[in-house]
Amino acid sequence: MFLGEEGDGVEKKIRVLVAKLGLDGHDRGAKVVAKAYRDAGMEVIYTGLNKTPEQVAEAAIQEDVDVIGVSILSGAHNTLVPKLINLMKDRGITDVVYVVGGIIPNEDVPRLQAAGVAGVFGPGTKTNAIISFTQKAVEGRKTV
Amino acid sequence: MNWTERKEVFKTTSGLTVKRCYAPGDLAGFSYQEKLGQPGEYPYTRGVYPTMYRGRLWTRRQVCGFGTAEETNERLRFLIEQGQTGLNIVFDMPTHFCLDSDDPRSEGEVGVEGVAIDTIQDVDDLFQGIDLRKVSTSLISEPESIMILPMYVAIAARRGVAPAELAGTLQNDIYTGFAGCNVKCFPPKASEKMSTDLIVYCTREMPRWNPVSIVGYHYREAGATAVQEVALTLAAGIAYVEALLERGLKVDEFAPRLSFFFCCHNDFFEEIAKFRAARRLWARIMKERFKARDPRSMMLRFHTQTAGCSLTAQQPLNNIVRTTIQAMAAVLGGTQSLHTNSYDEALSLPSEDAVLIALRTQQIIAEESGIPNTVDPLGGSYFVENLTDELEALAEEYIRKIDNLGGMLKAVETGWVQREIAASAYRYQQEVDSGEQTVVGVNQYVLEEEQYIKVVRPNAIELEAKQLRRLAEFKKLRPERETTRSLDDVARAAEKDENLVPVVIQAVEKGATVGEIRQVLEKVYGSFENEPSDF
Repeated sequence: MFLGEEGDGVEKKIRVLVAKLGLDGHDRGAKVVAKAYRDAGMEVIYTGLNKTPEQVAEAAIQEDVDVIGVSILSGAHNTLVPKLINLMKDRGITDVVYVVGGIIPNEDVPRLQAAGVAGVFGPGTKTNAIISFTQKAVEGRKTV
Repeated sequence: MNWTERKEVFKTTSGLTVKRCYAPGDLAGFSYQEKLGQPGEYPYTRGVYPTMYRGRLWTRRQVCGFGTAEETNERLRFLIEQGQTGLNIVFDMPTHFCLDSDDPRSEGEVGVEGVAIDTIQDVDDLFQGIDLRKVSTSLISEPESIMILPMYVAIAARRGVAPAELAGTLQNDIYTGFAGCNVKCFPPKASEKMSTDLIVYCTREMPRWNPVSIVGYHYREAGATAVQEVALTLAAGIAYVEALLERGLKVDEFAPRLSFFFCCHNDFFEEIAKFRAARRLWARIMKERFKARDPRSMMLRFHTQTAGCSLTAQQPLNNIVRTTIQAMAAVLGGTQSLHTNSYDEALSLPSEDAVLIALRTQQIIAEESGIPNTVDPLGGSYFVENLTDELEALAEEYIRKIDNLGGMLKAVETGWVQREIAASAYRYQQEVDSGEQTVVGVNQYVLEEEQYIKVVRPNAIELEAKQLRRLAEFKKLRPERETTRSLDDVARAAEKDENLVPVVIQAVEKGATVGEIRQVLEKVYGSFENEPSDF
C-alpha cells in the first residue's frame, strides 16, 4: 500500500479520489469502498455527490491523486467516464489509475477499458479485491 | 445428550440475537388487547383494516419509467393489460433534479433511470389512453414534485377530471431526498416549504390523494438496519406532522393521508416483525404525542418494495427466489401495496420478461399460496411477537436519539443520519467479505461459469435525441409571452411565501418547463450544492 521510499525517507501513501459522477444518488458503494481504501492505509478524499467530470478533474488535480475511483449506478458511465479521462488528458495528466464501480453491463467494459479505465467492479466484488487490484495498478503504473 | 449447534450465536440480518426456541415465558405480561388488538383496531399491530386481504388484495404496483413519455406509456399499458392494479412512475435523474433535458448537466442521463419529463406535454403523453378516474397513480418524485403534481392536475383538467377525483400518491419526502435517495436541489428549509405546500394543497383539494410517501426504503438500501429503517422513517413522519401543525393545520385534517414506503429485505421474520412494530409505534406516536383522535390518523399505511440491495449480479435467477421470500414477508407484514423487483436489476434496467415474472410472483402469492386468506397469520407466534416487541423498543430508543439531536431535519442537515447509515453499510459489507453473512452465488456456492442473461439496453443516445426534439418542438409552439408572465407569478408567490401549487399549475399550463421553474425558484431560495463529505 505504499509507493516506496521517497528521498526524505517518508513513505508516501497512495492517494485516492472517490468520485460520484453525474446525478446518480447511490452512494452506498462509494462510501464503503472509500472506507475500505482508508482502512487499507490509503489517503482517501470523497467528492460528495453529483459532480460533473470538470469538478472531478479539478479535485483530482488539486489533490494530486494517484487513483480516481468513480462510482456510477445511473447508466451514464459511457458518457461521463470517458469525458473525465479526456479532461484529465487535456490537462496533461496521464498517469492516474482509473477504477470504476457500479452497475456496468459486461459489454460496456471493453469500451471503458479502451477509454483508459484500469478496472471495472460490479456488485458483489469483495473490497479486498478492489484494494489489491488498485495497489497493483498503481505499482504497475510506476514501472511503465 | 449434548446437542451442539451450528453457530455460537444466531443473528438476524440487522444483528438482533435469535434464541433457539421461543415459549410463553418470552411474552411475559403480554396483553392481547394492549399489544395487538383486532385487525383494524388500535394499535393496528395486526393490520390497518379489519378484513385486510380478504376484503381487497394489496395493490400490485410495479415501478415503471424509461425513455420518453411515449416509451413509458407503452410499458404502462402493457402492465395494465397484464393485471397490474396501480401505476408507479419513476422519473429520470434530470427530472428528479428539476433540470430540463437540454441542460448540460443532463447529458447522458436523459430517460436512462426513469422517464424524462420536461413539459406538461410529456405528462399528457405519459397518460395517453389511461383513464385517470380509474387508476391510482404513484409518482416517485422528489424535489420535482412541485412541478410534477401540478402537471398531473393540469392534464386531468384537460380531460375533465377534477383534482378531487384523482387517486394516488406523491413521494415528495425531503428527508429521503437529503439522506436516503440523495436527490436535492434546494436548501433544506425551502425544500420543506415546497413539500408542505403540496401537502396543504392536497389536503384541501385532493381527498383521495396521498400527498407524501414517507420513505424508509432508501435508508435501508443505503445500508440501514431494520431498526434504523423504522426509526428514521417514523422520525421523518414526526417532522412532517410538526411542520404541518406549524402551518396551522389540525392533526386529524392531514394525518389520515400520510403514507409510508418501506423496504423488505431477506430476513423473513425480522421483516414481518418490523412492519408490525412500525404500525404499533406510529399509532402510539400519533395518539400519545400528537393527540390525534381520528383513528385513520393513527393508521400506518405503507407501500413496500423488495430489497434492490439484496439482488446479486451473480447467478441472477436466484434473485427470483429472494424476491419471492421478501414479497411473502411484506404480505405477511400487512403491506397496502407492493413492488417486486426484477431478477436482472443488479445488471441493468429490467427486461419485459423479468418484469413479468416479478408481477407473476405477486399474483402467485395472492392467488395460489393461500397466504392472504387470514389476517396476520403469524400474530401470537412467540417468536414473532417477541421480535416485534424488541424492534419496537429499539426503534423508539433510536427516535429519542433523533429527538435529542433536534429532530430529523437537524439530524439530516448535520449529516448524522448519513454517517449512521454509512457505518451500518460498512459493517454489513465486512460481514459479507468475511463470510459471516452468506450471499449465495457471491461468497458461497460460486459458479466458475456465470449464468448468462440477456440484458436490456435502451438506446440512450437515440432516446435523448428524441426527447430534445420533443422539447424544442414544444417550446416553438407555446405562447411565449404568457409563459414568461406565468413564471413571474411563480417568482412573486415564492417571494411572498405563498403556497406555490396554484401558480405552478398555471405556469405548466402556459408551457413553463421543469427547468425554467427550477431557475425561478432558485433565484428566491438558492440552490443546494453537495460538498466533499466524510464517509
